[in-house]
Amino acid sequence: MTALAPSPTSSGLDHLDALESHALYILREVVAECERPVLLFSGGKDSAVLLHLAAKAFAPQGLPFPVLHVDTGHNFPEVLDFRDRAAARLGARLLVARVQDSIDAGRVADPGALASRNRLQSVTLLDAIAEHGFDAAFGGARRDEDKARAKERVLSFRDEFGQWDPRRQRPELWRLYQGRVNPGEHVRAFPLSDWTELDVWQYVARERLDLPSIYFAHERPVVYRDGMWLAVGEYVEPRDGEVVEVRTVRFRTVGDATGTGAVLSSARTIDEVVAEVATATISERGATRGDDRFSETSMEDRKREGYF
Amino acid sequence: MPVATKDVLRLATVGSVDDGKSTLIGRLLVDTRLLADDPLDAVAAASERRGVGDLDLSFVTDGLRAEREQGITIDVAYRYATTPTRKLVIADCPGHVQYTRNMATGSSTADLALVAIDVAAGLKEQTRRHLVIAALLGVRALVVAVNKMDTVEWSRDAYERVVREVGSLAATLGATSVVAVPVSALYGDNVVERSARAPWYEGPTVLEALESSDAGAWERSRGSRLPIQWVLRQPGGGRAYAGLVSGEALRVGDAVTLLPAGIETTIRAIHYGGRALDEAAVGLAADVELAHETDAGRGDLIATAPLPRVTRELEATVCWFGDDPLELTGGRLRLKHTSRTTAVRVRALEGRLDVGSLEVTDAPALSTNEIGLVRLACAEPLVVDDYREDRVTGSFVLVDAVTHATVAAGMVGRPPFATVRR
Repeated sequence: MTALAPSPTSSGLDHLDALESHALYILREVVAECERPVLLFSGGKDSAVLLHLAAKAFAPQGLPFPVLHVDTGHNFPEVLDFRDRAAARLGARLLVARVQDSIDAGRVADPGALASRNRLQSVTLLDAIAEHGFDAAFGGARRDEDKARAKERVLSFRDEFGQWDPRRQRPELWRLYQGRVNPGEHVRAFPLSDWTELDVWQYVARERLDLPSIYFAHERPVVYRDGMWLAVGEYVEPRDGEVVEVRTVRFRTVGDATGTGAVLSSARTIDEVVAEVATATISERGATRGDDRFSETSMEDRKREGYF
Repeated sequence: MPVATKDVLRLATVGSVDDGKSTLIGRLLVDTRLLADDPLDAVAAASERRGVGDLDLSFVTDGLRAEREQGITIDVAYRYATTPTRKLVIADCPGHVQYTRNMATGSSTADLALVAIDVAAGLKEQTRRHLVIAALLGVRALVVAVNKMDTVEWSRDAYERVVREVGSLAATLGATSVVAVPVSALYGDNVVERSARAPWYEGPTVLEALESSDAGAWERSRGSRLPIQWVLRQPGGGRAYAGLVSGEALRVGDAVTLLPAGIETTIRAIHYGGRALDEAAVGLAADVELAHETDAGRGDLIATAPLPRVTRELEATVCWFGDDPLELTGGRLRLKHTSRTTAVRVRALEGRLDVGSLEVTDAPALSTNEIGLVRLACAEPLVVDDYREDRVTGSFVLVDAVTHATVAAGMVGRPPFATVRR
């Protein structure tokens, strides 16, 4: 009987080393194959892990690409602080593309001061990709986040309109990632494709990563709306009949501040968060993202338009 | 830490359309409570909206709009499940012929195939085709869910007829392990929960078979392989070569050869994420320093004995995915093998593999989703092993030089189960 080579993840490495090694491999492969990569950085936990992996992949040299934040203008201040701190620590070149600029330039309609700008980000992102001539954009998206993401390749081809066509994805065999594109097209690269929310937190614990403080339990005034706890502040005002309460909460995801819900939690340390995530019965997007609740295929629809 | 480390088993689903692959995966995730409550509620709501009963479990993985509208799987869905002993990475693959390339994609990284067969329909042509493709791609362990047992009143004869049929094909294809389980994915019998409806069956449930499979632990002693991806310049002026270790572990002090140049040297140091290591395990994205100064770069390969061969001519087996047929006079192609990409020409098309008879017959061209034996000539030398010996150094893809679309999966060597007829 002929023995076969071990598959790369089945080698006695534990699952975090296997996931980390695969991610380092993807980062290096894309940088080697593409001319002008960029790393999309929201300041959330997944992009924090991605930035950490990128630094590891190219150490002792610095990052061979800039970091791009698509700024909705609806930010948690703790996340902006973290963004600047993380970029400065690695000496990364931080680019910021503002949705407000897209609104001012008439590229997208202004949905109003308190409405989510989540969907508008796609236009700002695609404009930034075109302006800088990026042919590859790293993102921290994970397949376990959503059923449309579960269908996406590690290297996801986008045509000159930035569109994802789920019926025409490039076959992605073995670990032979193939990132070449013609001018105007680009690929999105997702080194965390096979990571789950729990893997991310176990990795944060193992590497003792710095994260924005809002990922840990803290007291905050919130209102309960559409089945979610929303942080009352500059972008969320209580509506008639809503009661503002101070609750102990943390955020499981970080997005546009108008539509990102908090969860009731007492997990104040990384280890407590790992324990909480390991026993969670509601998915992170289900618990915290208003934008994914509109329809059965809202993520697919946004991705087709060029979303992250 | 509350969560222990686990090993990883990667599996791909195999089977014809309507034999219940997606329902089986849905059942596995739901009954192990690995699916969170809100996606499950969404599946129930979508099932009701589309009038397909209380809970259409295939909606767990069929996440695209077109898939739900047509009730089929178009592309691979990746799902992740953690059992007390392992992490499962599940590639739920499509069953239709026109999506064979997506099925090959899912199989290329799988350790094990989870096969769903409708007991009443038997082994269909498309399932045969998938089993052949999975075997070509090196998947040697099978867990066979003989599904829809409720429709044949749990007939042991019907079950055993399917097991004999699959077992005979699996033996021909060189499978190393075949575990068959009588199940009803719809009602949950023998998927996670043991069924009382088949008292004659004493084997494992599907979940138990997956948990106990040793498919990931391939035995091998064929030398280490490190395809160089990237050169890391060190502060002192030295160079470290980064890549993913395959074959066997690589150790400091190992005598190695840098290929294709043929320079003999030794491993002076190994690093991982800034840490010095004595040994780099298979699958580790390590970087190594060599004892001698070399001009090694991306596309070169560091190997221990027995060495791979260096060649510009390849005998290979290809699954053709392109919309236009593969012909000797066809469009310009490039070949990507490990970290090297080179121009390539098809020198000869030696035949087409009939997945029914496993015979290779003359063919002027390969159409979409067909499998053929080819001889290729490359512009640059490649460092290869046979695919049967090493899945990393034995695999390549063909790329359309104009559109950059991936048009074929290629494996160095010939499938041992094919018979050539002239």
